Amino acid sequence: MNLLRDAWVYLNDPYNWTRDRGILELLGEHLRISASAVLVALVVALPVGMLLGHTGRGGGFTVALSNVSRAVPTLALLTVFAVTPIGFGPTATTIALAVFAVPPILTNTYVGFRSVDRDVVEASRAMGMTGRQVVLRAELPLATPLVMTGIRTATVQVVATAALAALVAGGGLGGIITLAFAQQDYGVVLAGAFLVALLAVLSEAALALLARLVTPGRRFAFPAFGMRTASGAPPSAAARPR
Amino acid sequence: MLNAATAEVRAADAAPNPWFDVSYVTSNWESIVGYLGEHVRLTVAAVLLGALIALPLALLARRSRWLAGPVLGLSTVIYTIPSLAMFAFVAPFTGLTATTVLIGLVLYSLVILVRNFLTGLQSVPADVREAARGMGYGSGRLLWQVELPLALPAFMAGLRVATVSTVALTTVGVIVGHGGLGQLIIGGFNANFYRAEIVTGAVGCVLLALLADLLLAGAERLLTPWAERVRA
Repeated sequence: MNLLRDAWVYLNDPYNWTRDRGILELLGEHLRISASAVLVALVVALPVGMLLGHTGRGGGFTVALSNVSRAVPTLALLTVFAVTPIGFGPTATTIALAVFAVPPILTNTYVGFRSVDRDVVEASRAMGMTGRQVVLRAELPLATPLVMTGIRTATVQVVATAALAALVAGGGLGGIITLAFAQQDYGVVLAGAFLVALLAVLSEAALALLARLVTPGRRFAFPAFGMRTASGAPPSAAARPR
Repeated sequence: MLNAATAEVRAADAAPNPWFDVSYVTSNWESIVGYLGEHVRLTVAAVLLGALIALPLALLARRSRWLAGPVLGLSTVIYTIPSLAMFAFVAPFTGLTATTVLIGLVLYSLVILVRNFLTGLQSVPADVREAARGMGYGSGRLLWQVELPLALPAFMAGLRVATVSTVALTTVGVIVGHGGLGQLIIGGFNANFYRAEIVTGAVGCVLLALLADLLLAGAERLLTPWAERVRA
């Protein structure tokens, strides 16, 4: 129980929170990196997913992308970007995390658009809607639950994997864990693990709440991993290791 | 700090630092194979142990609705915990050993497998079960000869995702010095950003994951000769 007491002592000391490279500064950096990575991924993946889903092309591409991305360790890409001329640090971390945030958003947006009832699309065309209106007023609202699932999956994954950036000097809350391991201070290792895990769980809860607010009356089921839907579409919640 | 970082990277770039180097691979072949072996051992052990624990859990969860909720809820929470935090939770108790990595990996594969096993078991049509009972099948034979074969596609999908995920997650084991090929990735980073070593580790991981997926896909084909082959 010594370890738990050490962890508590560490967490209960205000100086550990407010000092230079303390918990608050690392948390802020963690959240900044995560938010910019998700934003970059949104800007790239959302329009592409909407376009592919609207036209019905590129289904095989999105399946292949989400499958292959699962095989690439986050740590590998974090390290590879850190040894490009970008150099290690928050920028390389943000780019690597954004790359991993693209597949869930792209796949879910694509599947969401494809699963919109074709009759609805036909009807909106017949009512004289232009292509843009069909996308924004008919398909997007109906696809919102899956699009939000994609954004939620991507965001939680980014917040969780941002912890790994500390292994390659990329910043964020994981730094508490790597530093404590280097100093063999296992009480602080536990405290850091607790903080990183808590942040991930909280972000999951926050995004679930956001998804519920955006799509009222929808319930999210527990999807099985890697199962194809009847139409041969990729799994909606593209699960990848964190 | 940032300037120092850029300057350091430029210094590293000044010396030849290729992305891939055959001579690195040949001269370090033995240590690469050693790390690869650890990676494969950890992955196989984690997925096998995960499956051994997941099957009874899925059977229990199917038997009662009260158990299904907590089992799925707990599995979601475990899956949300980042791998670095998971290893950091376990390490103070099991130390800097491969056991630490194995425990974390088993938990993740368990979570994936329990959900897919449950989905598979629930997808067995009730009338098939009724028919088997009517023909005099006991619960053991019913499970082994009727339910498991019918649930096999969901099982195999779970095994494939769990295996590919475990191969990728094993790299995070570097935090306790047992990350398989991840040791090469971080080793290269710490050896003055030696790209050839980093890329060898990274590409090795991806190839290992794809190979494992291919093998399991082949096994699935052999095990379910009756299944329709709609798509590759």
